[in-house]
This record gives sequence, C-alpha cells and structure tokens, in this order.
Amino acid sequence: MTWLRVIAASLLLVAACRADQAPRRRPPPGPPTFAVEIHVPERLTGVATGDVDDLGRPVRASCVSCHSLRDAAPIPTSMAALDEFHQGIQYAHGELPCASCHLAGPTPALHRADGTRVDLRDAITLCRQCHGPQATDYDHGAHGGMNGHWDRSVGGQTRNHCVDCHDPHAPRFQPSWPVLPPRDRGITGAAPRSK
Amino acid sequence: MSGPSRRVALKVVGATLGAGAFAYAGQPVAQWAAGIDVDQVLQRHYKELTPEELAQILRRIEVETQKKYGVEVHVEDIPPQDGVSFGYALNLTRCIGCRKCAEACHHENNHDRPTNNSYIRVLEMQQGSFAMEHGTVDYDHAVPAPGKYYMPVQCHQCDNAPCVKVCPVEATWKERDGIVVVDYNWCIGCRYCEAACPYHARRFNWRAPEIPADEINPNQGYLSNRIRPQGVVEKCTFCLHRTRKGLLPACLEACPTGARVFGNLLDPTSEIRYVLEHKRVYVLKEELGTRPRFFYFFDK
Repeated sequence: MTWLRVIAASLLLVAACRADQAPRRRPPPGPPTFAVEIHVPERLTGVATGDVDDLGRPVRASCVSCHSLRDAAPIPTSMAALDEFHQGIQYAHGELPCASCHLAGPTPALHRADGTRVDLRDAITLCRQCHGPQATDYDHGAHGGMNGHWDRSVGGQTRNHCVDCHDPHAPRFQPSWPVLPPRDRGITGAAPRSK
Repeated sequence: MSGPSRRVALKVVGATLGAGAFAYAGQPVAQWAAGIDVDQVLQRHYKELTPEELAQILRRIEVETQKKYGVEVHVEDIPPQDGVSFGYALNLTRCIGCRKCAEACHHENNHDRPTNNSYIRVLEMQQGSFAMEHGTVDYDHAVPAPGKYYMPVQCHQCDNAPCVKVCPVEATWKERDGIVVVDYNWCIGCRYCEAACPYHARRFNWRAPEIPADEINPNQGYLSNRIRPQGVVEKCTFCLHRTRKGLLPACLEACPTGARVFGNLLDPTSEIRYVLEHKRVYVLKEELGTRPRFFYFFDK
C-alpha cells in the first residue's frame, strides 16, 4: 500500500512542478547601539591565595585588602626582592625595571611614561605606549579577539584585555598542546566506532 | 502434446531465479527505505517551499531528532539579511595551530564524535611555502613548532564556487549574504562537490553522526548545524544560525590568539574591512579564480 502511495504521489509531484518561492527579506542592520565592553582580568584586581573555598573555587585576595592597610613599600629593584603574595614572578619583558610601570602607594597602580597615574584595570593605556601597531589593530578589532555580536545593533561585544592573553611580566605566548586530533578517513585510517 | 513445453518450463525457472536474485540484491535498499517516511521522500527543494511547508518540515525534523537522539532541539530557518555580505579573515602571524577553532566547530555544528569531525582543518605548514597539499593535519606536539606556521582551512564561501557549479541536482547554492549552503534533504550524496572543492572544505557523512544526547547543540538551523542524515555532504556555513542573528561564529570566539576577524563586508567601519584595507592579505589558490570570502593576512 505504501509503495502504491509513493508511486501515485511521485506522479503527482512530476505533474505539479513549481517555481521558486519569492525570497524572504529581512531589513539591514541598524546603527551600533550596544556597547563594547573590555573584560577585566582577575589578575588586575587581586592575587590568588592558593586556598579554595567550600565550593572548590580558588580564593583570591583583592589588592586593596593589604595595600590599603600598610604603608607603601618602595618599588623593588629586582624580582628577588619580592615577598609574600608577589613571590616567584618570572620576568621576560625586555630590560624594563619594575618602576618603569609600577607605582608605589596605598592602592597599587601604574604610571605612564609621562608620570600620569593609571589604574591597574586600565593597563591597556600603558601597553599602547610601546606597542603602537598592536594598539591600532586592537582599536579596529584586528587584534585581541572578541566575543558576542558582530552586529552591535542586536547585542553587545566583549573584548579581551591585553592582560587576558599576555602575562605583563612575560608577554610572549607560551607553547601549548593542540586539542581534537583529526581522525578522518585517509588521514589516520578508519575511525573507531562504538558499534 | 499436453502440459507445458520444455521451453516454457525453463523460462519459468529462469524467471523465478531472476526475480529471487533481484529481490535478494535489493534487500539492503528495502531495509534502508524502511526508515524513510513518505513526507521526506516527497519533500520539495528548499527554494520551492512555502513558509507553511517549511514550518512543517522544521517541526518534523525536531520530532525525528527527538526520536533518534532523545533530545529536544529547536530547528529554525533564518533567511539572509539585506545589506549584509559576510567576510572572514585569519591572521597567519598569530595562529598557533592549537585547533581550538576546530574543537568549537565540532561542538557547535553537531559533528560526529568518533571521527572528531570539524569543518576546519588546521594545516601545519613549512615556513616559506603555501603548498597546501604538503601541510599535515595530524601533528601531535607542542605548538607552535619551530620552522612551522599554521593555516586553518575551512569553506572559503567562494563567489565563483566550483562546488555549486558541479552539483547535478542544485542541492547547494550561494545565498544573498555570500554563504554557500546545502539542502541536506535534497543532496543525493554524489560527492562531486567534495571533489571539486580546491580547499577540501566539504565533508561526506559516511554514517549518521553519533553524538551523546547531552552534547547536542539544540540551537539548530535547517541549512547549517542540524544533525545531518547519512549519505549527504556538509560544509562550513560561517555558523549562519549564529551569524544571521548578529552573533560571531563559534570558531572566532574560541580562538585564543584573536587571529580571526569576521564581519559585514558592506559596512565600511567593520573590522573585516579594516583588515582587508590595511593588511597584507593573501588569497589561497587565488589563481583558480574562485574569488573566496575567506582571506589570510599578516601583521608584518
């Protein structure tokens, strides 16, 4: 019976050939109304204590929890002079001394080459003094990546901070292990199957 | 003279054996057809579907997916937007070959798990050469390796697409926003397009994809990431189920080095336009005249 239906319907199909439907249209994108937000990396607001809380999340101490209570120590001249939360920093960022970026004071801060004080979370303005071409590309969305919407009339966008990808003390990207090795036919033989 | 002649008897025996052999040879086809319903066989080409028929088909696919994979999905069909023409660029100076883009594609587009399938193939290339055929994909060491660079290759959404030209049934075509799509229900699986593509960007579903229910991406598009049936060709669609809603493609969001730039070529302020206007841009196999919408660029 099913086959009879198929044959009958096939004949009908041939008899009733149809033209393409008119394309469904959608209006073009509007002006960009949603904002571009720059992500603030954790390391610019605090340091890891090494402990975990009851839910297994790492406990972080905010910078001001120590710095607001103590007198500011002078900026050290070498990594070896660092203690407490700041030990063990690997340094590979040219020949710059600590004081060329860091500023001593009750709240940790940075300073630009002209001495202007810069909040830690605004470190990008500091980076761009030396890394002009990267900064230009970043401003045009060609460096640093993004998340969210390309069409900002629909939704917002989150941009990475320089420090999200680059450790300011050792900015070079570290080698990593690749994920998801391909198992196509013809590359590594037939793929394993569960059945 | 009475009863059948020797000649008739032989004819009957021959015909019986022939019919039996035919039925036996056709067995796999009959079994295969048992799982296909009439609606599916009679479905028209995507472009001929009225909005009502299309809505009905989307519901049918949702029900079928629920039955087969045990998961509730939402399949929609989003038409291209006026004033939008998509382009994609990839920074070869930045790419480190980590394959995070391929992994994101694998999950976003409901690819077969056992094969680690993805629309993106990351080629490890010898520095100084663009010979794509000499690139390797199964490298297994820390990246980036010295003396190598990495070139992810996916569908270039060519404006002069060889794959579209060779399709004998018009199951693949170029949409108004530049994306080359496949109607998986119209594709006959001849694989001409796969052979025609100079970027090796098309994949064939040798089997129906195997995906655990909890890993299936339920936000699906008819022309993009819905779970493909066995025996059809599939390809990158610039994540049209995302990008036609204004979102960025999954591979771009996954890139840890920000090497990928996507956007509307018709918007002079877009990121993609900045790259194409200010960077050293390379078109892979430009000499073939395929006019891709996927570009490679360099920082230096």
